[in-house]
Amino acid sequence: MRHTISLFLTLAAFWLFNSGHYSMLVMSLGLVSIVLVLIICHKMDVVDQESQPLYLTPQILGYFVWLIKEIIQANITVVKHIWLGKESISPTFKKIKISQKTDMGKVIYANSITLTPGTVAIDLVDDEIIVHALLYKDFESLEAGEMDRRVSLLER
Amino acid sequence: MEFFIIISSGLCLLIGSFLCVSGGIGIIRFPDFYTRMHAVGITDTLGAGLILIGLMLLSTDLLVFAKLVMILLLTLLIGPTTSHVLAKAALHNGLAPKLNQDALDHNSLDQTGNEETNSSNP
Repeated sequence: MRHTISLFLTLAAFWLFNSGHYSMLVMSLGLVSIVLVLIICHKMDVVDQESQPLYLTPQILGYFVWLIKEIIQANITVVKHIWLGKESISPTFKKIKISQKTDMGKVIYANSITLTPGTVAIDLVDDEIIVHALLYKDFESLEAGEMDRRVSLLER
Repeated sequence: MEFFIIISSGLCLLIGSFLCVSGGIGIIRFPDFYTRMHAVGITDTLGAGLILIGLMLLSTDLLVFAKLVMILLLTLLIGPTTSHVLAKAALHNGLAPKLNQDALDHNSLDQTGNEETNSSNP
């Protein structure tokens, strides 16, 4: 029930912000389409913990702030190496261990790695991620495990 | 206040454009497929992000602002997903990455588990 309400609110906000027309007719058409989408989603059985990860919401904002800081730092490093040329980079390819238990945690961690410029998560097998990095020292910061720890905190 | 907003928006747009151009130059300069993908990462995240933030500062309408926020969230979700899918497809079809000789040495050291020599390297 919680997930249905959250999906309804998300869809309603999406409709209101995208339409910009607040006449009775358009609003009721919006309501009809939202209800239709909710019915279809229930038939497809996708309204659950996985599509609406409500339990993440309180902690994820802090994680986003930290991730944005990381992204800015990584951007500066990669831009520097673009202008320095290809002699300055050391492309590396390696498996790293991850400590996340849930699928959601693994996806958040792999996506965070890819979102940070300079590292791309290529494959995820059980508890290992194959990562390609632009610089060898990117692995040292990944293996130091601060991102891993922060994502694991989100899982609880 | 108006002046301050215009200046900061212009600054965001300028830095964003610079990052997008850098990403494009990176695509040309880097040696192989996988490294080029890292250059695209810049255009994906901070380049597009800063341009959108610059436009958000200029928008007077709540609706325009909300749509820009939606575009930003979509870019941040789609960017890593497409990068990952591209890289995975390339790897599974047997495109070998060009690796740095230094990095290869590091890798072989890691596999033998020789911690001492590994930590002595910068």
